[in-house]
Amino acid sequence: MAAGLVRSGLAGCGQQVSRLLRRRFHRSAPAALQVTVRDALNQAMDEELERDEKVFLLGEEVAQYDGAYKVSRGLWKKYGDKRIIDTPISEMGFAGIAVGAAMAGLRPICEFMTFNFSMQAIDQVINSAAKTYYMSGGLQPVPIVFRGPNGASAGVAAQHSQCFAAWYGHCPGLKVVSPWSSEDSKGLMKSAVRDDNPVVVLENELMYGVPFEFPDEAQSKDFLIPIGKAKVEREGTHITLVSHSRPVGHCLEAAAILSKEGVECEVINLRTIRPMDIETIELSVMKTNHLVTVEGGWPQFGVGAEICARIMEGPAFNFLDAPAVRVTGADVPMPYAKILEENCIPQVKDIIFAAKKTLNI
Amino acid sequence: MRKMLAVVSRVLTGASQKPGAASEAGRVLLAARNFANDASFDIKKCDVHRLEDEPPTTAVLTREEGLKYYKIMQTVRRMELKADQLYKQKIIRGFCHLYDGQEACCVGLEAGINPTDHVITAYRAHGFTYTRGLPVREILAELTGRRGGCAKGKGGSMHMYAKNFYGGNGIVGAQVPLGAGIALACKYNEKDEICLTLYGDGAANQGQIFETYNMAALWKLPCIFICENNRYGMGTSVERAAASTDYYKRGDFIPGIRVDGMDVLCVREATKFAAAYCRSGKGPMLMELQTYRYHGHSMSDPGVSYRTREEIQEVRSKSDPIMLLKDRMVNNNLASIEELKEIDVEVRKEIEDAAQFATADPEPPLEELGNHIYCREPPFEVRGANQWIKYKSVS
Repeated sequence: MAAGLVRSGLAGCGQQVSRLLRRRFHRSAPAALQVTVRDALNQAMDEELERDEKVFLLGEEVAQYDGAYKVSRGLWKKYGDKRIIDTPISEMGFAGIAVGAAMAGLRPICEFMTFNFSMQAIDQVINSAAKTYYMSGGLQPVPIVFRGPNGASAGVAAQHSQCFAAWYGHCPGLKVVSPWSSEDSKGLMKSAVRDDNPVVVLENELMYGVPFEFPDEAQSKDFLIPIGKAKVEREGTHITLVSHSRPVGHCLEAAAILSKEGVECEVINLRTIRPMDIETIELSVMKTNHLVTVEGGWPQFGVGAEICARIMEGPAFNFLDAPAVRVTGADVPMPYAKILEENCIPQVKDIIFAAKKTLNI
Repeated sequence: MRKMLAVVSRVLTGASQKPGAASEAGRVLLAARNFANDASFDIKKCDVHRLEDEPPTTAVLTREEGLKYYKIMQTVRRMELKADQLYKQKIIRGFCHLYDGQEACCVGLEAGINPTDHVITAYRAHGFTYTRGLPVREILAELTGRRGGCAKGKGGSMHMYAKNFYGGNGIVGAQVPLGAGIALACKYNEKDEICLTLYGDGAANQGQIFETYNMAALWKLPCIFICENNRYGMGTSVERAAASTDYYKRGDFIPGIRVDGMDVLCVREATKFAAAYCRSGKGPMLMELQTYRYHGHSMSDPGVSYRTREEIQEVRSKSDPIMLLKDRMVNNNLASIEELKEIDVEVRKEIEDAAQFATADPEPPLEELGNHIYCREPPFEVRGANQWIKYKSVS
């Protein structure tokens, strides 16, 4: 708790310092600002709550507990009961209440403690939120954000480890984003809140505590990352690795190792699951001629499956020198024992193996 | 007045025997006849749950109100019967859940609230769509799936929206948390508005409704939960579905009233009572409206396998809401039978014209298929049945 306060204090200081340095001294490079994913999400929500009175947050333990994973730390103290609302354990009920509030013109952020619990409320997300603008012929928008940690954690077993990217990504009317870094988290969360459509923000519990360098522009209160645009995290020429969320980090690790062997990977961070930026992937594949998709979710009907299908349908197919390959979670409910769990999520070695297989080396 | 007397005397003494003279005379007599301005009626006492007060047992109906309620109820009735006809001609397809028999509910509720209040209901929604302000032609054209429909033909029977009316919802019970959310927005905005959240006796057993009761009471949301109990959830009678059929008590810690849903005045007074309670910040209230649907659950259900024709006939002859209002008005000199018949003629014409429109209006253009996926979004492409078929999507 104290560390968090210090960190957020430092974040404020860092901002002041770099601004000062920019103004007075021309050529001094400011110290790189490190912000964790948790703090970036917190900042994003704080800034959007401040900017627009209609924005409010509801969910279990978001207020007085400071958030089950402390993502909403300090917000209740700052904004009070009206804007930060603790709910009873009633996902279907409070998700529906959030959607109704959005229909009536407010801009709710509805937290699911993990997306596993969103299954209790999935009817409200899909049938009440996603489809309504279309069914009403454009009369009834639903400006809501559903957020929370998604996918595997550590030792939480099968019912608490499912990845919902493919399930929500399947549905027209929804937008689905999956941030990896702090910059992603802040920019995408702010865009999600400002978007007039239902947006699902798939966070990752294991990433919450990870610090990232925060570029200057990310420190602005109007820093937005457009929904629907992927980012090339690392340029390369031999093979394209496409991923979202935590596995992006693993791809970068794999790329570093492969680089020593003379293989240059282009690593793409999808950032948005729906609408997916297939063009960025196509351009990359047309350059590298090889594709590996990496995701934490199950293989069947997953994000990677969708990417492969679309690559086949588009111009990039003719540039492939080998079939596109998927690296995914293992096709089993998540086991508890550490050694089993470890082998159920894509590891760096799995990515390297798949890349080498694709490149036939 | 002198002019009128002159006309009257001319007609009465006049030799003209041309057809229409009699009705012209009648009309003139009508104009000269004095109706009462208003009348007071005894209405059925409401059963209450956890309440010290209760709605009044008398209601005053003015002539103007009576004529208005009559016309609106008759319009809803004839609109639903027209929908039945169009469905049997296969001009309306899919789901069609008709409201005839329940008119006193939608009209009485609307009479008890303001246009700035909010309403949400389930799929038996055509009546509310009309009372919330949409014209019959847009409702029928939506049922027939034409571009002139209120949702451009993209929603159909269960997805009609208007200002402060949030549908029309297809998933049983899902509209109840939505309604409480709208009430939350009312409270958040501090505008003294309330939300009427309707559901049926079948939906009353949905878990999410109990989750909603809890949060609405906890947070004192200005929400009136309204159970339209028409005795049957699809083909299942209330006795076979609910361990407790006292739907007005099912909110437990939420005060409730049970209302005669066939009497528009009873519904109106109960609504005013509940609305005042909610607006005062005391939290939600539950209203059970005891009503009846003449049609089956939907157009696919003849409605006689789980209830007798005798039962339907009995309700029609003893409790029809339009008949009850008509009798009250005529017997208390608030209106004449001829006057009400004229309204019937007007209504029939309006419905005929609307049905004409709904049948003749073209279907939405194919280009409409991709539109309205997202709100306030730059145009993008939507995939069709194969990768080469693309539709443009504008907001």
